[in-house]
Amino acid sequence: MPSKTCVLCQKANAILKRPKTGQQICKECFFTVFETEVHNTITTAKLFKPGDRVAIGASGGKDSTVLAHVMKTLNDRYNYGLQLFLLSIDEGITGYRDDSLETVKRNQIQYDLPLKILSYDELYGWTMDAIVEQIGRKNNCTFCGVFRRQALDRGAAMLEVDHIVTGHNADDIAETVLMNIMRGDIARLGRCTLICTQGEDTIKRSKPFKYAYEKEIVMYAYFKKLDYFSTECIYSPDAYRGHARVFLKDLEAARPSAIIDIIHSGEAFEVAEDVKIKDQQTCQRCGYISSNELCKACALLEGLERGIAGMGIKERRRLEKAAPAPENLRTIPVFPRAPKSNEKLPA
Amino acid sequence: MSTLTLKVEFGGGLELLFSNQRVHNVTIPSTMLASSKDWEATSNDPANVTYLLHWLKDNLLKEREELFLEGDTVRPGILVLINETDWELLGEGDYVLKDKDEIVMISTLHGG
Repeated sequence: MPSKTCVLCQKANAILKRPKTGQQICKECFFTVFETEVHNTITTAKLFKPGDRVAIGASGGKDSTVLAHVMKTLNDRYNYGLQLFLLSIDEGITGYRDDSLETVKRNQIQYDLPLKILSYDELYGWTMDAIVEQIGRKNNCTFCGVFRRQALDRGAAMLEVDHIVTGHNADDIAETVLMNIMRGDIARLGRCTLICTQGEDTIKRSKPFKYAYEKEIVMYAYFKKLDYFSTECIYSPDAYRGHARVFLKDLEAARPSAIIDIIHSGEAFEVAEDVKIKDQQTCQRCGYISSNELCKACALLEGLERGIAGMGIKERRRLEKAAPAPENLRTIPVFPRAPKSNEKLPA
Repeated sequence: MSTLTLKVEFGGGLELLFSNQRVHNVTIPSTMLASSKDWEATSNDPANVTYLLHWLKDNLLKEREELFLEGDTVRPGILVLINETDWELLGEGDYVLKDKDEIVMISTLHGG
């Protein structure tokens, strides 16, 4: 079959069919359009301002590795004036996270960015290996999800950054839209398509790859020969997301625009005013932002410490009524943000 | 029987299904007549990529076939490049293989 010519430069041979547009483009034009689209996403949403300290949530996987590369490239090319950091969370999963952290350490050198690794062990006193040993493989992903989210915020506070960027791509967001619809989770459905979220006192989080297709991220990593780690977590994967993912990939195979279409659908939903969204408060134990007296991480940690984490809800309620929480429960450390050097201290 | 020698590379976690080895140099029949466990090739047509996928499943795949093939093509979410070009530009499974072609398959389904 004769090779096709790039529709953008009309010169080089096309090497990729873009899922978003169906265009056939060459390698150099692909790099340019991919990077430019991320730049446009960033500038349209006004994600950063000069001088911002930005942590890249880095797992060593494809998305965050490409994100680190692209953030560094764009910061240099367009003079964003950002101070970039790599922030990794060590969940304590032998044979999985320890290997992927080696990738992050290589990325630190390749991209010349400072790296901070914060572990569950350090924050919560528990590794995922120890949690799974205690509670088995049923709800471990719940623990990991809650603990990771807070760990990223706390690590970001340690680095005194203004903003965390994560490698969530268009496929991830479309999956989340589908999952929230299937679960009837209206509060999350409203939030999950936002490019940038911010709690009361937590750090901003955003997703510069919101409109980037997974296919293009993987192709970018391949053609740029980026060093990434790709192994499934050794503990049971998120089965519900797995189904949404397979369904989405089947839809994409039939109609590549399905992914962007689902994101647009998610954005178009309006949350009715009578849907009650819980008021935010601060956790009475650790001070993290929370919609209950205890934040999710403290509640889960208490279950672990008291050996009741693996129990059913009813049994657990009974036990919690019978014996109040002991006084000496571990408090998850909070890292108060120091005032920025350019802010004046009160005299 | 004439044969084709190909370089097949797996990435993105797909190599785990193939003895955790990324690069395989394989020699396959140059026509589709050769026997295949569950793929009835009756023509004497030159070997194409669909044929290669079945050949890999029968000869190289070590586990969990359902994570590699779905029907006559790769499972959605697996990217295929032929000589550094997206196979979607080359007719996908219908691409007729040539000696020394390089095929890369990358799974996008593994964690980010």
